[in-house]
Amino acid sequence: MDLNRLKQLSEYAWEIERQGAMRVPAVIYGDGPLLSDMDNKVYEQAVNVATLPGIVRASYAMPDAHWGYGFPIGGVAAFDADDDGVVSAGGVGFDISCGVRTLHTRLKPDDIETTKTALADALYANIPVGVGSTGHIRLDDEEMDAMLSGGAQWAVERGYGQSGDLARVEETGRMRGALPAAVSSRAKKRQREEMGTLGSGNHYLELQRVCEIYDPGIAMAFGLARDDILVTIHCGSRGLGHQIGTEFLKEMATTASEYGIRLPDRELACAPILSPVGQRYLGAMRAAINCALANRQIITHLTREVFAGFFSQASLELLYDVSHNTCKLEDHEVGGVTRRLFVHRKGATRAFGPGHPALPSGLREVGQPVLIGGSMGTASHILAGTAGNDALSYASACHGAGRRMSRRGATRTWRGRQVVDELAERGIIIRSPSMRGIAEEAPGAYKDVDAVVDAADRAGLARKVAKVMPVVCIKG
Amino acid sequence: MSAGQNDQARARWEHFCHVADLGVRGYGRTMEEAFSGAAMALTAAVTDPAAVAPLTAVEIDCAAPDVELLLAEWLNALVYEMSTRRMLFSRFQPRISDGRLRATAWGEPVERERHQPAVEVKGATYTELHVGRDAAGEWIAQCVIDV
Repeated sequence: MDLNRLKQLSEYAWEIERQGAMRVPAVIYGDGPLLSDMDNKVYEQAVNVATLPGIVRASYAMPDAHWGYGFPIGGVAAFDADDDGVVSAGGVGFDISCGVRTLHTRLKPDDIETTKTALADALYANIPVGVGSTGHIRLDDEEMDAMLSGGAQWAVERGYGQSGDLARVEETGRMRGALPAAVSSRAKKRQREEMGTLGSGNHYLELQRVCEIYDPGIAMAFGLARDDILVTIHCGSRGLGHQIGTEFLKEMATTASEYGIRLPDRELACAPILSPVGQRYLGAMRAAINCALANRQIITHLTREVFAGFFSQASLELLYDVSHNTCKLEDHEVGGVTRRLFVHRKGATRAFGPGHPALPSGLREVGQPVLIGGSMGTASHILAGTAGNDALSYASACHGAGRRMSRRGATRTWRGRQVVDELAERGIIIRSPSMRGIAEEAPGAYKDVDAVVDAADRAGLARKVAKVMPVVCIKG
Repeated sequence: MSAGQNDQARARWEHFCHVADLGVRGYGRTMEEAFSGAAMALTAAVTDPAAVAPLTAVEIDCAAPDVELLLAEWLNALVYEMSTRRMLFSRFQPRISDGRLRATAWGEPVERERHQPAVEVKGATYTELHVGRDAAGEWIAQCVIDV
């Protein structure tokens, strides 16, 4: 991206001034090198988002922003329903509520040293992963609708997890306003055998070791100490979310003109929030959020069962569960006035600051945990929402490193076996059904997550708390 | 493995780069051949199409207001069949008229050991979506797929 086209607001914030059809400016967070490396498409897409009806204050891009579909990945935008604001299927994406949850094991590296290979094998054997895998749970029509309304709460009621987990999930585990009737039979069919499956691509389950603490006070509140072993699960709403995204993208792309919306890019497919299609999408998208929350809850339960076979004392309490691809109705202060806005986060993490009423006690004092995933072999990070980030990004932060190399480029550069062997030499155990998948997801194919997280911290979006390194990675 | 030829449909395909995901592109003397090529490129995103035996036929019927959206519909219909039947496809016979596509796709159930499936395709996107003829009159059908 050409920095000369941007107005520098601070060391870590850059503005694309309002021009042409833009209703608001666009703001991109990151330092000079990160922005220089960003694709020009991020500029173009951040500008396109700024042209949508009802957008409030600015179109934002996080420090890990890259070329997405309509919205940049790492894009955040809020819309006011009463100002003809829109909801965009493209602005949420295909993998609705794809997200990350992290669990404490209360174990240290010495506790798992002799068993980690057997633990990796047991996790790989018991957690369905990869293309074509199926879950152990089959939902009939009634249970499917109950799951789509109930999310992680439904899962806990069915015995997958503990009620104490729910306070540590966004929306306390259940997204309100879901409309299972707005979810097509094809989307439900696609999900029928996929409950409790991890998926493929960049989705994973990792055992991680806390290797660095940046903020001891917040780390203590999060229950984190150096050398703690954690479990992190990264997956989403599986086939159901993908199908909902696909169907509403088409419907919104073809009906936008009926609402007088001019789409600069068909992938920005959207509809007025208050229109029938907008309302149906919100209901279906919220059902998909519940599907993702239930899915991560079931995988948590399967993980606990595996751990119980090795460590009778490991309870695997939930630190937190965040979602990346969502549109949520939230209160935000704009120009000194609190407004109810539909906040799209496309590859961005909600990062509520200290004192936010949506956070449970224990977290409310320090801010929401922001879980930033890495790639096999690279670090992940735990941050906390900051007090001032509402004014910066509607309380949002980055979500991961983002790719720097295409899948094709990665398979030309690495062999899967070579990646597995090199990581084994560094003490990182990989289990995956596909060596080609491993090559496509090689750590070198991703950007430096540390640089992204540093930028998020210095821009004031979220505060660095701890850094973790993988020990075992179960990869789809 | 990034390009190939499907003798039966005389459709050719290739992948093109998108930093986060993957582009699929089919070529052909007709729009149908180009659509077959794009479908073959979709399979190649998951596994080597040569390893997929065209044993079982699945019928597909979809429609869209224009040919570009029809390409996305066609690929998304295949994604749906791949997902719900847990199959991979390696031979395609689409017939297109008046904004409607009817097709037979042949394939077999995915076998993890043999196919080593690399990724699950979430959906066909409208990014780099294009259906048209080049200067030499050859048909091209392409888009980025989300994986």
